[in-house]
Amino acid sequence: MTEKKTKAKMRITGSEAVIRSLMHENVDTIFGFPGGAIMPVYDALYDFRDKFNHVLVRHEQGAIHAAQGYARVTGKVGTVIVTSGPGATNLTTGLADAMIDSTPLVCISGQVSAALLGSDAFQETDVVGITMPITKWNIQVNAPEEIPDAIAKAYYIASSGRPGPVLIDIAKNAQFGELDYEYTRCNFIRSYRPEPPLEPSAIDAAANIINQAKKPFALIGQGILLGSAEKELQAFLEKADIPAAWTLLGLSALPTSHPLNMGMLGMHGNYAPNIKTNECDVLIAIGMRFDDRVTSDLKKYARQAKMIHLEIDPAEVNKNVKADVAVLGNVKDTLPLLTKKIKSAKHAEWIGEFRECSKVEFEKVIKHAVHPEKKGLTMGEVINLLTEKTNGEAILVTDVGQHQMMGARYFKFNQSRSIVTSGGLGTMGFGIPAALGAKIGRPDRTVIGIVGDGGFQMTMQELGTVYQTGAAVKIVLLNNNYLGMVRQWQELFFDKRYSFTELTNPDFMKLAEGFRIEATKVTERSELNASINKMLEHNGPFLLEVVVEKEGNVFPMVPTGAAVSEMILENKS
Amino acid sequence: MEQDFTITAFSENHIGLLNRITIIFTRRHLNIESLTVGESAIEGVHKFTIVVHTTQELVEKVVKQIEKLMEVLKCFYLTEDEVIHQEIALYKVKTEALTLSNKFESLIRNHNARILELTPTYTVIEKTGHKDETTRLFHELDEFGVLQFTRSGRIAITKSDKEHLTAYLKEIDKLMEN
Repeated sequence: MTEKKTKAKMRITGSEAVIRSLMHENVDTIFGFPGGAIMPVYDALYDFRDKFNHVLVRHEQGAIHAAQGYARVTGKVGTVIVTSGPGATNLTTGLADAMIDSTPLVCISGQVSAALLGSDAFQETDVVGITMPITKWNIQVNAPEEIPDAIAKAYYIASSGRPGPVLIDIAKNAQFGELDYEYTRCNFIRSYRPEPPLEPSAIDAAANIINQAKKPFALIGQGILLGSAEKELQAFLEKADIPAAWTLLGLSALPTSHPLNMGMLGMHGNYAPNIKTNECDVLIAIGMRFDDRVTSDLKKYARQAKMIHLEIDPAEVNKNVKADVAVLGNVKDTLPLLTKKIKSAKHAEWIGEFRECSKVEFEKVIKHAVHPEKKGLTMGEVINLLTEKTNGEAILVTDVGQHQMMGARYFKFNQSRSIVTSGGLGTMGFGIPAALGAKIGRPDRTVIGIVGDGGFQMTMQELGTVYQTGAAVKIVLLNNNYLGMVRQWQELFFDKRYSFTELTNPDFMKLAEGFRIEATKVTERSELNASINKMLEHNGPFLLEVVVEKEGNVFPMVPTGAAVSEMILENKS
Repeated sequence: MEQDFTITAFSENHIGLLNRITIIFTRRHLNIESLTVGESAIEGVHKFTIVVHTTQELVEKVVKQIEKLMEVLKCFYLTEDEVIHQEIALYKVKTEALTLSNKFESLIRNHNARILELTPTYTVIEKTGHKDETTRLFHELDEFGVLQFTRSGRIAITKSDKEHLTAYLKEIDKLMEN
C-alpha cells in the first residue's frame, strides 16, 4: 500500500478515468453510440479523440457485432460503449452471441445516477440483471473510485481462460464524480482460475490411447484460434498422421489445403468427417464443445470410439459427450506435451477411407454446387469464385443461413483467424456489422462479408457506418428472395408448406446508392467473373448482389434426430 | 435415478451472485428445494447450501457451472449419506388451545422441541431436525391450530475429514505468491 501511495495520483472525473483506463488496456478502437446516461464519458472521449478510432454505428446491435468481428480477427478484446436503457438492451443479442461463441468483449453501458436506481427513471433498465446469463461477468459501478478496478478486471476476465463478453454498467454520478486515479492491470482474481492446472497423468493417458489407435480422428474447434495454437496443432496431427476436421468456428485453424484437413463437421459439413466419426477408434476433440449441430443424435454419436477431450473449460467436459480422458488446459500448452508423448505413426489406409468419402461427396454434391450445369446461379459457384480470386487469403464473414453453410463449405483458408460467423447463436443480422468490424481490425486484409437477403435487411443500416468509416468491406449479397434455410427445412420436413419465408425485397442497388456505396447486381453467370473482379479492385466498400436460384438447397445434410453417419447427400424425395 | 443432493458453494460476497447461481438452476428447469446463504467460518467468504432433487449427471453439470461463476471459490455436491444436515422450524400456536390440552407436555418432550416465547395469546415453539421431523410436529400441532409455521433451509456439514475450501485457499495462496 505504501508503494502505491508514493505514486502520483491524478484527480480526475470518473468519465476521464474510463477513457484513461481504456488507454491503459491498449484499446485502439471503440464501437459505440452516445446517449443521455453515457454523455459524460463521451464528453471525456472528445479530449482523447485522436487516441482512439471511435466507430459511430447506427444501432447498438451493430456496435457489438462489429466489436465481435474486430475481436475475432485480431485476437484482441472488442470494446463497446453505449447508453442506458435501450442502448444497453440493444446489446443483448450480441452479448448472447459472444457468450456462446467465446468472443472477448468489454461493453460499457451508461446508467442513471445511483440515487435514481430502482425508481423507473428515464432510460433506466436493470441491465446487470438482464445480462447476467449472457455475460462471463458483469458489474454495476456506482462510485467513481470503483471505475479503474472494474475496467481492469473486465479486460482480464474477457480475455483470459475461455474468453467471453463482460459488461460494466456505470451510473451517471460515478461518471461525473471525481477520484484519485491510478491504474493497475489485473492479472489475478482469487475466485477465478482461467486455466485449469495441467495434469501430466491425463497427458500420459491420452498419449497411450492415441498410440494404440488404428483409426484416430481429430476434431478442431475454436480453441485452437483462441489459444493461437495453430502450429502446435499441426505438429500434433503430423507426428501421428491423424486426419482432422474442423467445427464451424474452428475454420482456418489449419490451412484448407493441408493433407490432413478433411473438411467440416456437422449438419452441413463434409461427408467424410461425419461418416468417419462413427467409424474411428479414437476421437480427439481439441478445443471444442460438441454442439448439437456437430453431434446430431448424441445416443448415436461415436459410441465405438475412445474419447479424448482437450478443453480449457472444465464445465464443457462430460457436458454433452463423455470423455474417456479429459486433458484440461489451454491447448497451446497441452498439445505440445501430448505431441511429445505420442509416437510417430502412419495411417495411410485410414486416411484413404476419408478420401473415398470425399470423392463420393465431390461427385454427388460439390461438383454440381461449384460448377453447376443448370441455368440458375448457385451460392456455391459464387463462393468458389470469390475464394479463387482471393487465393484463400481473404477473411470470410458470414451472416446466418444457407449462404453461411455454403461459405463454410467452399471458402478456402491459407491463414488462421480468417472466419467470423455466428456459430452458436445463429444470429441473422450479424454479417454486415461483423464484416465492418473485421475490416477495421484488419485493414490490411481483404474482408468478404457474405449475407443473404433476409439477414441483410436486419442490420443494413450499418451500411451508413460502412460509408462513414470508409471501411473497404466487400459485401456479397446472395439473394434468393427467400429466407432460404427455413424454406429448405419447409421443403424437406414440412411438406413444402412455405409459411412466410418468401421475401418481396427492396431494390438493393438503390439502397446501396442511397448509402453511397458502390454496387453491382449480377443475374447472369456470364457477368459474375467481371463483377467480382470489379468488386475486388474497387478501392473502397462495395456491395455485390448476386441473384441466385430461388430454391437451392444446402447438401449434404444430417437430418435432425439422425446419426452423423446417416448424413444424406441429396434430396431423395 | 433422482435423489437429494446438497450443493455447497463458497464465494466472495458480491451483489447479484445469488441471482447468477439461481439462473443456473432455472435455465435447466431444476427446482431448488432449499437454499441457505450466510457468512462461512472464513471472514469474507460466503457459503451457499442448496438442496436439489435430481440425477447425479445433472448435479455434476450444475456444480461445474456454479464453480465457473467469477466470484465462486469452490463448489461441490454431496449425497445424503455424506452430510450431517439440520433445519430449524418455528411454530406459533394459540396458548389457550395448548393449556386446554393434556397432550402438550408429551408432545414437546417427545419431539425434543422447546418453547421460545409464551404470551397469554400465543406460544412460539422451536424444533430442529430433518424436514420429515419438523413436518411431523407440524401435523401434530395442527389440532391446536397452528397460526404460523416457518422452516429454514438446510445447513449441512460434511462427514469427510477433507476440507475442500481450506485446501483450495491454500492452493490459491501459492498461486498468488508466484
